[in-house]
Amino acid sequence: MKGWMGKIRTLFLLSLLSLLLSGCGKENLTAFSPKGYGAEVSLNLIIISLLVMIFVFIVVMVIYTIVLIRYRQKKGQEDFVPKQTEGNKALEVIWTVIPIILLIIIAVPTVSATFDLADTTEKNDSLNISVTGNQYWWHFNYGEEEIQTSQDLYIPTGEKVYLNMMSSDVLHSFWVPTLAGKMDTNPENENTMYIEAYEEGVYYGKCAELCGPSHSLMDFKVIAVSPEEFDQWVEDMQNVNPDATPETASAQEGQALFENSCLSCHAIGSSPTAVGPNLTNFGDRSKIAGVVDYSKENLVKWILNPEEFKPGNKMSGNYSVPEPEEAEKIADYLLQLQPSEVTPESATE
Amino acid sequence: MSTTIEQNKGFGATLWDYLTTVDHKKIAVLYLIGGGFFFILGGLEAMAIRIQLIKPANDFVSAGFYNEILTMHGTTMIFLAAMPLIFALMNAVIPLQIGARDVAFPFLNSLGFWLFLFGGILLNASWFLGGAPDAGWTAYAPLSTTSPGHGVDFYVLGLQISGAGTLIAGINFLVTIINMRAPGMTYMRMPLFTWTTFVVSALILFAFPALTVGLFLLMFDRLFGSGFFDASMGGNSVIWEHLFWIFGHPEVYILILPAFGIFSEVLPTFSKKRLFGYTAMVFATVLIGFLGFMVWAHHMFTVGLGPAANSIFAIATMAIAVPTGIKIFNWLFTMWGGSIRINTAMLWALGFIPSFTIGGMTGVMVAAAPADYQYHDSYFIVAHFHYVIVGGVVFGIFAGLHYWWPKMFGKILDETLGKITFWTFFTGFHLTFFIQHFLGLMGMPRRYWTYGADQGLELGNVISTVGAFLMAIGAIVFLYNVIITTIKGDKVSGDPWDGRTLEWSIPNPTPHYNFTQIPLVRGLDPLWIEKTEGRKGMTPAEPIGDIHMPNPSILPFVMSLGLFIAGFGAIYQIDNPIWLVVLIIGMGITFGAMFIRSVKDDHGHHIHKEDLDKGAGL
Repeated sequence: MKGWMGKIRTLFLLSLLSLLLSGCGKENLTAFSPKGYGAEVSLNLIIISLLVMIFVFIVVMVIYTIVLIRYRQKKGQEDFVPKQTEGNKALEVIWTVIPIILLIIIAVPTVSATFDLADTTEKNDSLNISVTGNQYWWHFNYGEEEIQTSQDLYIPTGEKVYLNMMSSDVLHSFWVPTLAGKMDTNPENENTMYIEAYEEGVYYGKCAELCGPSHSLMDFKVIAVSPEEFDQWVEDMQNVNPDATPETASAQEGQALFENSCLSCHAIGSSPTAVGPNLTNFGDRSKIAGVVDYSKENLVKWILNPEEFKPGNKMSGNYSVPEPEEAEKIADYLLQLQPSEVTPESATE
Repeated sequence: MSTTIEQNKGFGATLWDYLTTVDHKKIAVLYLIGGGFFFILGGLEAMAIRIQLIKPANDFVSAGFYNEILTMHGTTMIFLAAMPLIFALMNAVIPLQIGARDVAFPFLNSLGFWLFLFGGILLNASWFLGGAPDAGWTAYAPLSTTSPGHGVDFYVLGLQISGAGTLIAGINFLVTIINMRAPGMTYMRMPLFTWTTFVVSALILFAFPALTVGLFLLMFDRLFGSGFFDASMGGNSVIWEHLFWIFGHPEVYILILPAFGIFSEVLPTFSKKRLFGYTAMVFATVLIGFLGFMVWAHHMFTVGLGPAANSIFAIATMAIAVPTGIKIFNWLFTMWGGSIRINTAMLWALGFIPSFTIGGMTGVMVAAAPADYQYHDSYFIVAHFHYVIVGGVVFGIFAGLHYWWPKMFGKILDETLGKITFWTFFTGFHLTFFIQHFLGLMGMPRRYWTYGADQGLELGNVISTVGAFLMAIGAIVFLYNVIITTIKGDKVSGDPWDGRTLEWSIPNPTPHYNFTQIPLVRGLDPLWIEKTEGRKGMTPAEPIGDIHMPNPSILPFVMSLGLFIAGFGAIYQIDNPIWLVVLIIGMGITFGAMFIRSVKDDHGHHIHKEDLDKGAGL
């Protein structure tokens, strides 16, 4: 089953490639080249249903073309009155029964895949991460490991990771197209899905449920690393000392400022505070707030006016805006928060 | 309709005539103008969306404003453009097609229109009063319950008022089709457009109450502090999704089935053949209507309903492909062996078949739940439903307008301009939406205000925007066509297409009372039967006699105006209780008008048979 599905998929992708000069989108964002179990199941089903449907489309278009070529009124035929056929029982049965059979071909793998992707039998033996959607950022809580983080979700490759999802405000939807289909985060009940990444890499995630002005700016990343690297990362994160003194004087002042004004919303370390994103490994990230290019200049700008980057975010107007030089110091402090050698870069190497 | 008598009237008299009319033909014109206006508005919103997305990180509109535009585009197109335009055609055609002199409740017909119009105006007033609704046309809670400002309040009240109009119109057509068919027109002799209108009216009757309930709960949450959808107060936001889609999915069939009916009229007429498999077509229509109520949760595959629910709804959804397929093949075989004339109305029908087949194909594809985990809320879905709603409904409306324009206005729309419209719109449509299937799977979620430059989404979005401009050009040419035809077009006979159904037996212009004598129906395609037997017109079922017609009334307008005023009161009373006065005044106007309607005897008027020959009522 897997073998010929793979061949069909290659064929399909090749024809698609020639069809679309742009290719199939950006690697690690597109659903066309799955690198995780869920995305693979989905794509297989997409291909099965597409093939069946292309068959139907061809049949329709062949009849359509014949009809338009053969039965157009020709000059001098204006008075011709065709035979007024009422219908044809045999034909009606044929185009009722054949579609039913075609649909069964799609329905069987559909049901089987639906149950497969909802399987939770291995949940208790696997890594469980609580995912919380917020306007407009993602919080990740590794319950058993006692690690809290935001925006970058670190997972080990080659195993099922269970995500237990909820929302803290409005509906969001967790979507990493290359790894798996999406699942909504609801405010009242926990949804569970699993993802399994086949290879190391940085996979792009997006929010797929309209959640406010910055809905399109809620990007996050799933960083799949080898199980060994993951264990290393867990250890590094667990060993973080939130009160550790930074090296430079500027960062030290920044730390003091941060503890005074920012800490009530943004936690460093494993504190469960999650009003705003947890910043424990902020220095390891490759984007600010998920969408802004990572640089000190942009970080300072963000601290001074986040509204410019993410309209409608919950930070704007809810903190005392620091002086520019203070913002620089806070930025220095945040940028040096690099608790682990395991970073997005190490996942792509 | 536009007769010499009327043309001699002043503007004020004509205006008063339309404000008070209960004539289904004039209400059809009102629906056409109202729906057409909102269609242009929705189209402009669509263009703003496409311009914003033409390049990455564009700032043509701001993020918050973009959400208002996308919400209003969807809401306007569904509730204020597609539905009224379909009601325009139903009003223009159904009584003529079943051999009736008007609908069952002419007064309610007028009320339905004015409710729709005032609801639409209330909704759009939000643009000028602090911002339009911004929670999507689906208004998912808690985003809709927590959205700041009054935008969503306008959505709730506007849709509630126009929804009442729709419900009234649905009930009216249901009763009309059950009770007012000409002698001999049994159910299985009704034209397919009448059948689809009949089924659609039943769908409205059962689907709209779900929306009404949902909107009321949302209104209580927003305006009166309840917590039906608020998890922190023990509410549940998923309930809104259920209520919305229990209405929302049948709504799709409320839109598409009349379009199916239109194609089932256009294709036989221009193939000179009776509809192939009439019985199968009728049963397919009923089956689609029935199944349409059992599939709503396929909009919610990613909500977390569990694998059992997802499987059941997946299979129920796939089942709808069977009756839809039956329809496609029967249309094809209607043309098979026929003598096909291709004019603009037929072009739209021919363009519909491949376009809608693609929409149906992707419909089956999205029904496969685990595949939908990828499609859901991505541009794939945007592409899919535009293939169904534009490729099906809008093409159907265009086909119907070109086909029935001579019946509604006595003139044929210009064919050359019509063909230009078709080809630009058709090309633009496929250019806009086909590529979006791929954009979706390439990782572009729907309702995105912007996308990054490094995400491989540029080319597809540029193509899509170019296509949208072509569609806009097509729509402008159509508008020009309407104006030029109205000014310059030649009057045609009552039967310019060699029609088959009753409406074509009526001379042009259609008299006020439609039929001097109610016709006797002797089979499917009654006019065609008479023609094949060498007769020019229908055999009458009654002698010439006095004709009883309803009187015009301003009350429907007043009732709707009262609700419109009350709407503002309800919205603003949350800021200042003084607005409750406005609410009470508005409701007072409505109840007062209802009271007058109840106590005033109005038995209509008679057109005497002696006057019929002299042209009375023309």
